[in-house]
Amino acid sequence: MEVTFQLLRFDPLKDRQPHWETYRVELEPTDRVLDGLEAIKGQMDGTLAYRRSCAHGVCGSDAMIINGRNRLACKALVKNMKEPIRIEPMRGFKVLKDFVVDMGPFFEKYRAVKPYLIEKEARPQKERLQSQEERERFDDTTKCILCGACTTSCPSFWFNAGYVGPAAIVQAHRFIFDSRDGGAEERLSVLNNQEGVWRCRTVFNCVEACPRGINVTRAIGEVKKVIAKGGR
Amino acid sequence: MSIYRGGIGQWSWTFHRLTGVGVLLFLLVHILDTALIMMGPHWYNKIIRFYRTPLFGLMEIALFAAVLYHALNGVRIIVIDFRPETTVHYKKMFFIQMALFALIFIPVCIIMLGHIAQGLHP
Repeated sequence: MEVTFQLLRFDPLKDRQPHWETYRVELEPTDRVLDGLEAIKGQMDGTLAYRRSCAHGVCGSDAMIINGRNRLACKALVKNMKEPIRIEPMRGFKVLKDFVVDMGPFFEKYRAVKPYLIEKEARPQKERLQSQEERERFDDTTKCILCGACTTSCPSFWFNAGYVGPAAIVQAHRFIFDSRDGGAEERLSVLNNQEGVWRCRTVFNCVEACPRGINVTRAIGEVKKVIAKGGR
Repeated sequence: MSIYRGGIGQWSWTFHRLTGVGVLLFLLVHILDTALIMMGPHWYNKIIRFYRTPLFGLMEIALFAAVLYHALNGVRIIVIDFRPETTVHYKKMFFIQMALFALIFIPVCIIMLGHIAQGLHP
């Protein structure tokens, strides 16, 4: 089947403003949007720029706005998309070229919440034990692949780039509620300010955009509640 | 760039903002018009006469809708903030909110329209 794509192209060396370009490619209905981009880049225009790595919904490289909503190009089937398939870069980041955005600020915020285990007691000789219930407490937020789909779907982030964003809060949640971790206070102090969790307006765009099905708004709400209660 | 196609949450948030700003603007105007009494009865009575026109009656219905929506949506957000586990039902919660909105708004709207039709608008 012939599939029509409209791509918001931008080359900083040539263009002042992004502009739409139309491409028609032969694809199978079971192909993904990423396959369409690969066909365009491989057969029609090698200058097209986008990120992709595993192409199986695990690495989180190819998040972009597809038909008005953040999705991973490698998880969006062509047969489920209305034509023309319109693709834009994620919103709120500086566009470097076509669908490649500057993820630098995103990872700065990720690092700010200290997304690693902070030991609270002397290192045990063997593994740190945890009950199934304790593990269940933060199970949802372990699924994040840092694609940025949640953060760039959030109106609070569009209007205020200083907002730490849903993805960083999800990462903080993953450790704050981990019984083995002792760094909750440090993370909560990063999140308990104007650019932290309180910027969340419970819009739920993050929940709808997350390709891993994480209930991001719930995670943010739980962090808000912990701060309001004064601790875990 | 196109409009981001967010879900129910995006649009309920947009209307929450719009109704909030709308009600705030009305309150500012309302403070100004009641302050006109300080300039004597002439200007105050003039503005009150305008408030009794059918056009303003319709605007009052819109004001009631804005206040009601803003209040109900606010309660929904408060519930979500205090009980994050309710987020799994956020779509259902919005539909319940809108059902409550209709349940309250429709009869009140009929009464207010009746007042306008009968010229009894206060």
